[in-house]
Order: sequence, then C-alpha cells, then structure tokens
Amino acid sequence: MRVLAAMSGGVDSAVAAALAVEAGHDVVGVHMALSRNRDQFRTGSRGCCSIEDAGDARRAADVLGIPYYVWDLSERFEETVIADFVSEYEAGRTPNPCVRCNEHIKFEALLDKATALGFDAVATGHYAQVVRREVPDLRTGAEPGAVRTVTELHRSPNEQKDQSYVLAVMGSDRLERSMFPLGGFASKDEVRAEAERRGLSVSNKPDSYDICFVADGNTQGFLRDRLGSRPGEIVDAEGTVLGEHDGAYSYTVGQRKGLGIDAPAADGRPRYVLDVNTTTNQVVVGAAELLSVDTIVGGEVSWLAPDVLDDADEDGWVAVEAQVRAHGEPVAARARITGSDVLEDPEALPGAVLTVELVGATLRGVAAGQSLVVYRGTRVLGQATVTSSARTSAGRRAAS
Amino acid sequence: MREEDCGRFVDWSVVEPSTYLDHAATTPMSPAAVDVYTRALARTGNASSLHTSGRDARRAVEESREAIASALGARPSDVVFTAGGTEADNLAIKGTFWARRSADPARRRILVSAVEHHAVLDPAFWMAEHSGAEIVLLPVDADGRLDVEALRAELAAHAAEIAVVSVMWANNEVGTLQPVDEVVQAARPYGIPVHTDAVQAVGQVPVDFGTSGVDAMTVTAHKIGGPVGVGALLASRRLALTPVVHGGGQERGVRSGTVDTAAVQAFATAVTEAVADQEHEARRLTALRDRLVAGVRAGVPDATLRGPALDSGLRLPANAHFTFPGCEGDSLLYLLDSAGVEASTGSACQAGVPQPSHVLLATGVPEDDARGALRFSLGATTTDTDIDRLLTVLPDVVDRARAAGLTSTRRTATGGGAR
Repeated sequence: MRVLAAMSGGVDSAVAAALAVEAGHDVVGVHMALSRNRDQFRTGSRGCCSIEDAGDARRAADVLGIPYYVWDLSERFEETVIADFVSEYEAGRTPNPCVRCNEHIKFEALLDKATALGFDAVATGHYAQVVRREVPDLRTGAEPGAVRTVTELHRSPNEQKDQSYVLAVMGSDRLERSMFPLGGFASKDEVRAEAERRGLSVSNKPDSYDICFVADGNTQGFLRDRLGSRPGEIVDAEGTVLGEHDGAYSYTVGQRKGLGIDAPAADGRPRYVLDVNTTTNQVVVGAAELLSVDTIVGGEVSWLAPDVLDDADEDGWVAVEAQVRAHGEPVAARARITGSDVLEDPEALPGAVLTVELVGATLRGVAAGQSLVVYRGTRVLGQATVTSSARTSAGRRAAS
Repeated sequence: MREEDCGRFVDWSVVEPSTYLDHAATTPMSPAAVDVYTRALARTGNASSLHTSGRDARRAVEESREAIASALGARPSDVVFTAGGTEADNLAIKGTFWARRSADPARRRILVSAVEHHAVLDPAFWMAEHSGAEIVLLPVDADGRLDVEALRAELAAHAAEIAVVSVMWANNEVGTLQPVDEVVQAARPYGIPVHTDAVQAVGQVPVDFGTSGVDAMTVTAHKIGGPVGVGALLASRRLALTPVVHGGGQERGVRSGTVDTAAVQAFATAVTEAVADQEHEARRLTALRDRLVAGVRAGVPDATLRGPALDSGLRLPANAHFTFPGCEGDSLLYLLDSAGVEASTGSACQAGVPQPSHVLLATGVPEDDARGALRFSLGATTTDTDIDRLLTVLPDVVDRARAAGLTSTRRTATGGGAR
C-alpha cells in the first residue's frame, strides 16, 4: 500500500512510520505545518509545531530512507481548530481542540489530500487499534445471510496513552483509510525502545501534553489576548452576586480553582462553576452535587458501530459505557440515536442526536462542547459533541 | 567500515537514475572538474604559507584566479574568492553599503530589483533592520524584466542618497535576462556602483565582467559543473568594499579565511569549460527546452509559461517555468518525484513550506496561481530522453495534483467550526 506517515517530529509518529515501512508499505513522510509563524507556537522540543520538530521529523524520515514533505495546513488549522477553540470558549462551552484537529486536520485535510494524491492510507502515531470484522448485513435490500465488513476502533492496551477518545470523531469511511501502527503497544517505553533500536534520535524526546498552539500553557491568557476583557458577575444558583470576573470565557463548568470569590460559602463547602451564561455574561457557581448529571445529550454524531444498533431495545436503547474526558472513567449507561437512520448510512448523520443515560451513577462537570464518547468494552461505538446535560427523573437513579 | 554500517547510507549503485530537471538548483560536476578536484584534495598546502607546499598551493590558486578572470573578462585582481554565491552577494551588498556610507552618511539607499534572489534581498533587508539602510524595490514587468524607467527616476530623484544598485543578470526562477547594460548606463553618470548576481547566467549566455561595466559581479561554481561551496565576487579595484569576514587578511583583505585550493581549482576548470561550451550548449539546451515547453503546452493546455516568451531572446536557454492552475507546487513535486522526475517550485521554502514566489508576485501573478508553480531547468546531462519522460508523466501528475488541490488544504470544505 502507499502510505502517508504523518510525522510530527515526536517519537510516536517516527516509530509508527518505521513500522509502516517495515510492514512493506511504500511510505512517504509528511510534516504538517500548523502555524505560519512558528515562533508563535511552542519552541523547544515539547510539542508538534516548532521548527525543531520539523527538523526532527525530517531527520527521522532520512533515517528511514523515505521521502519527506511539509504540508502547510496552517490556514485550515487556524480556521477549524484555533478559531473554533476561541469561539467555543466565547460561547461558554468547553472545546477539545485535539478532537477538532483529528476531525478537520489529520483525518480530513491531510487524509483527503493524501487520498487525492494516490495514497491508500494515512499512518499516525496514535495509540488506538483498528479492527476489521465481518458482521451480518441487515440493511434494507441486503440479501438474507449477507455480511458486511465493519471497521472497528478500539482502545489501546496502553491505558495511560489510549487516544481512542480523541479519534472517535472519525466516521468509518475515514477510519478505513487510517493506520495506527502503535495500536498494539502496551507501553511508551516499548515505543522508545523501538525508536532506539532503529537509531531514531527522537527516542528520548519528552512527551507533549499541553495544547500545542498555546505556547506557554496559559489558556486563559491566550483567550484574553484574543477576546479581551469582558467583566461580569459571578453569582450563585439563586442569582446572588458573589464576585466579579474579567471574562466568562475563562471559566469552565466543573472548575473549582481560581474563582476569585472572597466570601466563603455559607455552608463552608467548596464552590464550583455550574454554568457559564453568555447571555447575561454571568458565571454561576454552587455546590458540587449541583454538578452531577445522569443524562447527557450530544449533537454532531459520528457512529462507528452500526451492527451494535442491531441489538437495540424497542425504544432504540443500547447498553454502552460513556466517557466525557480523554482519560476519564467510562461509566455504565444506555444510549440511543434519534433523528437519523444510522443503519442505512453511518457516514451521514445530519441532525442526529445522541442521548446517553447513565446507569446507577452520575458524572460531574459535564460541559457543553466536550466530546461524549460511548464504548462497549474496548470498542468505540460513537461520539457526539455535548449540547446539554441534566439530572433528570429519566435518569436511572432508581437502579443505584 | 563494517558491512552492516554501510547499509545506513544510500547505495547509489542501485538507485534508478531519475530525470533531473533542477540544474538551476545545482548541476552535476563535470568529469574534468571532479578529476581536478579529487587530485587536488590529496595535496597539502596553505596558499598563505611560505614553504614549498604553500607556494605550490598559492600557485594553483593564482592560476585558477587567472583562468576565471580570463574566462569572464575580468582582471585576476578583480577575483575575490568566497564560499559561494550567497557569500559573494552578502559581501557586495553589505561591503559596498558600509564603505559608501562611511564615506558619505547620506548614502543610505540600496536599490534592488523586486525579483532578486534571497541572497541579495535578505542582506539588503537585514541592513535596513540593523544598519540604517533604506531599501528601494525596483519594479519589473510581467516578464520579470526590470523597469529601467523606474530606476532612472529613482536615480534622478535620490542620486546623492544611493549607496548601491543591484540587479541580477538572469533570474533564477523565470529565467529573465535583465538589462544590466542599461542599468550601468543609468547609474554611471551618478558614479553609483552596480552589482549583478550572474550565478544563473554564466555558461548559458555570454557574460563579460569588463565590458558589462558593472562594479561587482557574483559567480558560483556549483551551477556550472564545479563543486558546491566555492564562488567569487568579481569586484573592480576601484570599488570600496568593507570586509564582512575578518581574519587573516586573505583575498586583498576583503575576505579572510584560508583559500580552498582544491575547490578554486575545480571552479576554474568548470568556468573555463562552461564558457568555452556556452554557445554550443545554449543552442542544444534551447532546442530541448523549446521541445519541453511545446510538449507541456500540448499535454496540459491550461499551463501558463511564466517569464519572457521563448523567441524573445530575453530568457535563459535552460529555463522553463510554468504555473498549473488549481495545483499546489508541492503536490506536483511529490508526484513527479514518485514518477522519477525531479523539478522544483523554484522559490524558497520556510521551514519546508513552499511560499508563493516573490518573483511571480512581483510580475503580477495572483497568489493562488503562484502556488502552482514548477520550474524545469536543464543542464549538461539533460537529453531528449529526459524530456520524453517528463512529457509522458506530466498530464497524469497535473490531473492528480489538481484533484488534491481541490480538496483544498486552505479552505474549510465542510463548515467545521460553525458550532
């Protein structure tokens, strides 16, 4: 196969490219330039965006003996990831820029261009697994007994590194053209050892953690530079003014620290951000239990498991585990999709809504904008962007 | 060296020869230059030493200097060896500016054409940032040829403030020959020195330093069959130059550093050959280039030739430059490379990202079109077979690049971020 290896300059993508080469594929390395002005992004060797990183990627490609190109995706990145990040915070939501980057940059801009240029797949250094499996074809018009291949996305056995959460946004059509050669690695040390063994000088490069385009790790400062000062009130659930803020966009639902309220709560218990109301420019705070939800609703649904819907109950519910943070605990739940026929065309789900009801548990601090991913065991079933969450009687507290 | 260690290097014997159409970037060393170079590498001797080995080296350097001067119509004392064209351009711009301004603080202006190579533009802009220079970018026409009237007007208005004028002999991207003689005629009455970067011109068109009347001229070895890392600034003795590199006082104190004896010998061999073969080679390459252009136009009807028309007499014989609408240059490069054809977008990269060419933008090409640029440059090893191979693969390459261009890496296709 002709494989385009996305090479960030880090150890993971270098080893992923090496494994693709060793699997016998015809591999070309591509580094994505995501900033026109590289100095704006992190310098030093921590991220994926500096000149040093581009040099490291080039050197790794040299060692592997593969061609290397830099593709300028900076404009697209600005439009779909950075602008989205800012406008989501501005709208009082909590975006996940890594999800947006996978959705619009790596597995859209990069993958589409690669496909057009004749590549069969894009290989990245993500920790997740792609599994192909045949299932009965139950679509309208399918022959009885017919089967179809489902491409499944699974968690990495490396729990700490597992990136299935940020990859779930992909449709199956895109997943089919993706390769994650590190999917089976149980530890990062093994990956580093593989790099070492091949003479890849990035083997000891530190991991990156922060948001790549926030150079100093100061997200609030980054937002303030872009959105300016917008003073408003901090209130409790009853509307009593407790303090002031300099911009509601700096607050995230579930946040406890840095609220800047002098007077302690009457009951002495810590206060959390319950809601960021952009209409009134108010930040609503309150006790922890007011954050707990048992029903989460999301839009912009992507679904990777049409076969799982085959065993839905009469109301369309299927048993799942739900996860709302990259490394959050999965929680037992039931889920259903309304507003779109997933069985007919899992790629096109305009207007679909994913509703998740937790079973015997609640989650705290679920903010609009976050990614809601549903799993069954290690398998990713689908994903949506949270639009609302609530503690409702429809939730199954009775089960607890 | 153990055998397993060797495996880490490219084994050139098994690499299939590709069609190399990027001679303007660098061209293979001529067999004669390789021979002179490798033999000279085995000899010891610092041309500044007084003992026998040193004298031998000095003699080799001076004979090389004489050969280069003779081939290019200069006097041996005009030849200042440098580590290549970029260094020679830096010396010309900075050295002239500093010398002229210290003699007369009013002389702050540097006049350069808008289509100069970065080796001229960047030192000029650096001087603006760090040394009080004021840059005047002289406009060009749609073919990339200097607007001499604009130069004359600038000279008439600001002669007393001008330190130096630099206009290249031939453009490296679109192959335009510049009216260097007119530049010299315009500047001479004001006594303003003229520098020209002739890196692309030597070996393709007649270049004579003396009759051109310029005060300084940049030449380099690796574009004409010599090694990378050696070049020269031909600088008239009457031109005051402040040194850029200080040290042992070699090269008349203007450019310190031990002269690379082997490199200048190979350089001299290459210049001598290139100038002797120029007329014949220009005819041969013009024929090949014209076939290439006709073939590209036939295979890709909407490809646009940039730079002067083929029959204008204003274009380097070995240069063909096109823009392909709807394509991105790096897609074209990748697809051609996969098909065994090596070319160039012709413009500079920033951290590996091809930038729209300042040359094309200066000639009025819209930015989107400039992104789909491809330069084919021919040289001594180019044959009909190379042209055939390019013309065979190009139409498919352009189709595919166009499809990839339409996926648009620069615009949102699906309204993302519209939440």
